[in-house]
Amino acid sequence: MSIHDLTATELIRRLESGDLSSVEVVQAFLKRIEQGDGRVRAFVRVEANRALSAAERIDQRRRGGESVGRLGGLPVAVKDVICTEGQATTCASKMLQRFTPPYDATVIRRLKQADAILIGKTNMDEFAMGGTTESSALATTCNPWDLARVPGGSSGGAAACLAAGMVPLSIGSDTGGSIRQPASFCGVNGLKPTYGRVSRFGLIAFASSLDQIGPLARNAEDLALLLEVLAGHDPSDSTSANVPVPEYSRLVSQPLDGLTLGVVREHFGEGLDSQVQEAVREALRVYESLGATVKDISLPHSRYAIATYYIIACCEASSNLARYDGVHYGYRTDETAMLADLAAEQRALTSRGDSPLLDDLDSPLVRMYRQTRSEGFGAEVKRRIMLGTYALSHGYYDAYYVKALKVRRLIRNDFDAAFREVDLIAGPVAPTPAYRLGEKTEDPLAMYLGDLYTVSANLAGICALSVPCGLNGQGMPIGLQLQGPLLDEQRLLRAARMYQTVTDWHTRRPEGF
Amino acid sequence: MSDPSYEIVIGLEVHVQLQTATKLFCRCSTRFGAPPNTQTCPVCIGLPGSLPVMNRQAFELALKTAVALNCEIPAFTKWDRKQYYYPDLPKGYQISQFDLPMSQHGYLEISDAKGAFAPKRVGILRAHLEEDAGKSMHDELAGKADSRIDLNRTGTPLLEIVSQPDMRSPEEARAYLTELKLLLTYLGVSDCNMQEGSLRVDANINLHVATPQGTVATPIVEVKNMNSFRAVERAMAFEATRQFDVWNDTRISLGAPGGHKTTRGWDEQAQVTRPQRQKEESSDYRYFPDPDLAPVIVTDQQLDAVRASLGELPAALRDRLQTERGIDAYDADVIVNQGRAFVDYFSELADIGGDAKRASNWMQQDVLRVLNERDLTIELFPISPASLAELLKTVQRGELDTSRARDVFNVMAESGDSAAQAMQRLGIQAVHRDELRDLCRELLDANPNVVADVQSGKEKAIGALIGQAKRRNPNANPNQVRQLCLELIRQQGSAQE
Repeated sequence: MSIHDLTATELIRRLESGDLSSVEVVQAFLKRIEQGDGRVRAFVRVEANRALSAAERIDQRRRGGESVGRLGGLPVAVKDVICTEGQATTCASKMLQRFTPPYDATVIRRLKQADAILIGKTNMDEFAMGGTTESSALATTCNPWDLARVPGGSSGGAAACLAAGMVPLSIGSDTGGSIRQPASFCGVNGLKPTYGRVSRFGLIAFASSLDQIGPLARNAEDLALLLEVLAGHDPSDSTSANVPVPEYSRLVSQPLDGLTLGVVREHFGEGLDSQVQEAVREALRVYESLGATVKDISLPHSRYAIATYYIIACCEASSNLARYDGVHYGYRTDETAMLADLAAEQRALTSRGDSPLLDDLDSPLVRMYRQTRSEGFGAEVKRRIMLGTYALSHGYYDAYYVKALKVRRLIRNDFDAAFREVDLIAGPVAPTPAYRLGEKTEDPLAMYLGDLYTVSANLAGICALSVPCGLNGQGMPIGLQLQGPLLDEQRLLRAARMYQTVTDWHTRRPEGF
Repeated sequence: MSDPSYEIVIGLEVHVQLQTATKLFCRCSTRFGAPPNTQTCPVCIGLPGSLPVMNRQAFELALKTAVALNCEIPAFTKWDRKQYYYPDLPKGYQISQFDLPMSQHGYLEISDAKGAFAPKRVGILRAHLEEDAGKSMHDELAGKADSRIDLNRTGTPLLEIVSQPDMRSPEEARAYLTELKLLLTYLGVSDCNMQEGSLRVDANINLHVATPQGTVATPIVEVKNMNSFRAVERAMAFEATRQFDVWNDTRISLGAPGGHKTTRGWDEQAQVTRPQRQKEESSDYRYFPDPDLAPVIVTDQQLDAVRASLGELPAALRDRLQTERGIDAYDADVIVNQGRAFVDYFSELADIGGDAKRASNWMQQDVLRVLNERDLTIELFPISPASLAELLKTVQRGELDTSRARDVFNVMAESGDSAAQAMQRLGIQAVHRDELRDLCRELLDANPNVVADVQSGKEKAIGALIGQAKRRNPNANPNQVRQLCLELIRQQGSAQE
């Protein structure tokens, strides 16, 4: 087996035993990137030299008998929405194309403390808004299983690089399914932790009350390993949960006795692809064969989840993205040209004697804001800023935002009730497998509906993961979603691991990679 | 007030910078006067990915103030984002409190010791915490140079204290501000330095005009840019007159077409208010709860601890000085208004000197004069209460007259000498009674007309001799000179008979 086929857990075992050096591992993955990323374009930046010298230092320390962190010498890819000190962090937006944060996100600090090697930053939908990675202003990422198809999103690069064997571990962020959906589209594993489990400090905000950083990996064991490094209380994040972190990597191999899985009636309705439905049903049968009980449950408010999600997420986004105004950092419109335009408009209006229009003419500051934001943001980002601004406006606030908060509470109550009856909830991740590039770009609503099964977990704050559970007739991966109660990631991981001991979907690799 | 045909209605919005070492949502220093943009971090300049964490101390100071202002403190309060675009607001929103402020429905009692208005309660609508914005420095020549932005102030904790429109004259407005500042100073929550922007005042003012059809309210005007309490008083007086003139010209009332609220700025040089341009689209701040911050829960235990930590506040102190020290309301007011350290000095002086009224007079006249002349605070006043008490006792025993004692006081203030040292330095020593009697005899011999006047009943004529005596010997005690002279004249009279 070549290095890039090994799981993170296995690679660490070999690094620790001395069978492999970190430099060998990093070189092997860099080579994979070099060979494959021209086709996939999962990375927006690869830090080859930095990664190699970091690997050398780790090797030296190991050889010198020094202790090395949990991920000692293992490459990890980071979604470009997470701040890395001294390295550009773009959110795949023209707005931040030249932005270099002066600080590391807490998860980056944790990865560095664990001696992980940061190999590069991965492509995504602009500001994590989208489900295909097509809204990236930097590149279009392709699905390694079929280069004509989307990798999913917004963590499309994070999932694609893992599927193509360019990294053993990857981190993404999930606001409404942005880890789980690309994981399912690319046939890898992805976990959205409970809100507050992983620090958001340094995660560039899309929707603050929904955003959560999480791991993507080849199997449940690797997810457990990476989550253990990422999770934990952070005093710099007021929404971070101050609770101990279980030893996921040790617990993951313990099967769950008497597991009860809930199947949501509402999840098997209209819009669900029959092959996806069949693969999920088959996965449930596997669980039954392992002794689990499958129980029908209802999440009555789940049909309002999409509407609720898009109101809350857009409201928060409209506020979070207000700071990109061209004043302090990031993109600013060409001022000289702007001022010249403004002067020309002023002259024209003056000569026409149109004083009402003249009075309405932008001040240079307002024009700078307007033009900077028009040019710096892409269409999807602007659409969401406008939706959110509208919903928060005077006279609409109660009808949209306040109502959405109430429904959010009801959705949470549904889950609380469900988890009194079942241990975990199982179902599809997305209604369909990966579709063709460009297929939904003109129909944002259809794209929003693709988030049907994933947004509820973010609204309720609970944890959820996606594991590969099949391939459709065209050979595209299908994902199974497991959702768990607040802070019960270990139960999710153990259930996923149980499944993977008797199935091999997670070991399948796309042809050509 | 002066014109009985209308009543002035004033409400004040005061922004107070709380005296914390660090900012409201990050650990940057709040020190004033540092070079621009040196007290900043990713959080307060709103870099992507940064998150706010509430400064507990700021919340405690706000709580202390709210309790002292007799406010109701809800058990639950939250943070909201107030959204608008401005270059000195780097996040595009200000973290503030909207519908659930940390305190509301309080009051502050104001009065005037000279009785300019009747004592009253000014209602406090609410007091809430928020972060300050940065500072924009615009090119005064308009468009010739770039504007500059200093973000050192960004994120400094501000307490916004909004009064009810309960003040009825510029004097009341000033009294409210003075009392509020005094309270804040006693609490030690703010240095209230208006020059450094630690205390900022905006006023809302309109008139209730009596008309044959009943009382009519004039449009509300918000007045900004007042840099002292005196400026507030003057701006309010100016606005009242101006609004009454406008009313007489236009008869436009509040809410009528053209009767919306407007903003004006106080021009200190010209002593007038001028219209200000309205902030663009200021009407819709799109407030919503800040998802980055947890709501704050205030417990009863916490409130009890705050109450216990308040100490004696000005109103209670004024009462106590009157009842315990026997000084009158006016004197108590002057002393308490100088601050807690001044009151402490006074109390110690009265305790050692044993005469509160005398101590009070000296504090108000002489101590305050020196403090003002030298721009000192009482903490730095060179005479200790014990030394001053020593001097006051000398006066009390009749060993020193007041004007001579003032000379001694000045030397003490200048040199830091004790009373005895200063008297020695001035060559002051008690003149022996025999010596003084000889001096008086000489004076009487030299001034037979005075003697004649006194004998004919004009005792006041002695005054001329006292002046002469002090010129011959500065240590001569005027009272003793008077007594001796009268005695000698009586002896002469009886000898002649």
